[in-house]
Amino acid sequence: MEILVASAVGVLTAAGVYLILRLRAFPVILGISFLSYAVNVFLFSTGRIAVNMPPVLQPYGDASYTDPLPQALVLTAIVISFGMTAVLVMVALGAFLESADDKIDMTDDHDTTTQPAEQSE
Amino acid sequence: MNHWIIAPIILPAMIAPIVAYVMRYDMLLSRVFSLSATVFLTAISFALVLLAADGTVHVYRLGDWPAPFGIVLVLDRLSAMMLLVTSVLALLTQMHAIATGWDARGWHFHALFQFQLMGINGAFLTGDAFNLFVFFEALLIASYGMMIHSGGKKRLQAGLQYVVMNLAGSTLFLFALGTLYAVTGTLNIADLAVKVQEIPPEDAGLIRVAAMLLMIVFAIKAALFPVQFWLPGTYANAPAPVAALFAIMTKVGAYSIIRIHTVVFGPDTPALDGLPGDWLFPAAVITTFIGAFGVLGAKRLMQLISFSVLGSMGTLMLAISAFTPEAGLAALYYLLHSTFAAAALFLLADLVITHRNSGDLLKAAPPTVQNGLFAALFFAAAIGMAGMPPLSGFLGKLLVLDALATHPHMVWAWVAVLGGSLLTIVGFARAGSLLFWKSTAAEVKPAEAHDALPADITPSGPAALFPTFAALGLLAALTIFAGPVSRYLEATVDELHDPTPYIEQVLVNQGETKDLSDHDEDAGYDAEADTEADTAEGESH
Repeated sequence: MEILVASAVGVLTAAGVYLILRLRAFPVILGISFLSYAVNVFLFSTGRIAVNMPPVLQPYGDASYTDPLPQALVLTAIVISFGMTAVLVMVALGAFLESADDKIDMTDDHDTTTQPAEQSE
Repeated sequence: MNHWIIAPIILPAMIAPIVAYVMRYDMLLSRVFSLSATVFLTAISFALVLLAADGTVHVYRLGDWPAPFGIVLVLDRLSAMMLLVTSVLALLTQMHAIATGWDARGWHFHALFQFQLMGINGAFLTGDAFNLFVFFEALLIASYGMMIHSGGKKRLQAGLQYVVMNLAGSTLFLFALGTLYAVTGTLNIADLAVKVQEIPPEDAGLIRVAAMLLMIVFAIKAALFPVQFWLPGTYANAPAPVAALFAIMTKVGAYSIIRIHTVVFGPDTPALDGLPGDWLFPAAVITTFIGAFGVLGAKRLMQLISFSVLGSMGTLMLAISAFTPEAGLAALYYLLHSTFAAAALFLLADLVITHRNSGDLLKAAPPTVQNGLFAALFFAAAIGMAGMPPLSGFLGKLLVLDALATHPHMVWAWVAVLGGSLLTIVGFARAGSLLFWKSTAAEVKPAEAHDALPADITPSGPAALFPTFAALGLLAALTIFAGPVSRYLEATVDELHDPTPYIEQVLVNQGETKDLSDHDEDAGYDAEADTEADTAEGESH
């Protein structure tokens, strides 16, 4: 189980970082999503991996449980990353419609003096 | 429990939706409503500073749950001071935005503005590391909207970069918090401070990773080398009043490093062995120089100011990286100064840009209306930013130099601060003389600035000029009242370096909270051991 979770986090992170480094709007959005999946799985495992256990503290007996706090954290993280992805898509769309270019990198060092050069691009 | 402690979060959170949904088509009403909310917020923050000034740490337990389980807000001298700085800065930038009509150039300026204030205030008040993350996201998501306010190609492209950079940073924040929780079993800052000190040096691997990951996250916010690249592009392309408000955003990163890496991962933590300071120092030196060279090489006014902000963050981090009380005092004083110096410059830049035909390009152009006034204001603001007497930048840098005099790498620190200041002065002198002295009547190019220029340029009225004057006046006040201010800051720093009262107020003195003992005596207190046992059982499945 540990191997599976650990390699899932690793693969997702690697894919996410690779896609972000592509510096094009769509791959970057996918990459950020992959990274947030990776971090969600990672957060899940920070409460130690306990399979098939209820996430509630059991006051009676020595029945074991899985740590509920990371699950609450993951829930928050999922909601936030969902909202953030939506914002990212809208901003990326806006930038694409304005500039007809989906590059994240501003190659013309954001300088209005190079306006003509940039139009010829 | 004093309920006013949560007011700086509740008030903007209530005002923002009302402005967004009820007053969206009535600019006058939303201006009045939003501005009066900010005035009220300033009054509350001032009262909170007075409340915290006697040195008691006030804890607000949300839902009245006892500390390591429930979320706490903590009001001490540092957070009260940061609240006051935020609200005063917000008041100035909002007045400027209203007077210059920036808020009418796009939708929902005031709603986003209030949401942003909610996030910033929350980040300063919270006593819980995960809650800090949540408030970071709240302030960021509002800042995304503010950054691309009124649109335009450049601004949207720069905004996209800014969003991507910060989303990657947020993911890193979560990784750091996960690691921290896995090692210590808690995310409450006071509880973390206790647990981290107990970790023996031989088991320190993971906690060192967590501490450094957190530092990288805060360094992204504070625009520290090597993660500073987003700042010049973002600030230079943001609407000027928004850039002025963003002056506090880099300080949120600086505040988090001061709070977390002094209280939790303090300089004497056996598990860390001074690791954060060792890495922060060279990064700060390089950041100072990047800022200074950027000022020298900038082609646009907004870009120049952005790089000067970067340089000031370098100097600030230099002082923080020492993690001593004297350097902490210098850092906090310089933090106050650089926030208002940057705001004054950005607000002034907006006035200058809208009055020039060539926008914010640094090149000679015909003299415009009020040329002399703008030149004088620019001179004063540049003196403040570069750190020359008589404004507070000089005192701030003097304090930083003095505090770093006994630092093992003192030479590097002094070279960075002094060399950086010299280059910044040269850069500002060049920009000022190009903008205001080398006026030519020839070569009038059509406006290429990304914001539509008014057809006929009219002189700025007192309403538009007041925020800039007020920001500069604050710098002067900071110099004149340097004595009382530094006494307050000294007490603040002592509080940070001796977090015992903080920890006691959060964890020990909680008699009136909800009683959890009905349910289970030791549930969670021993979370680490319990989960360890669970893991063993989980594995046996």
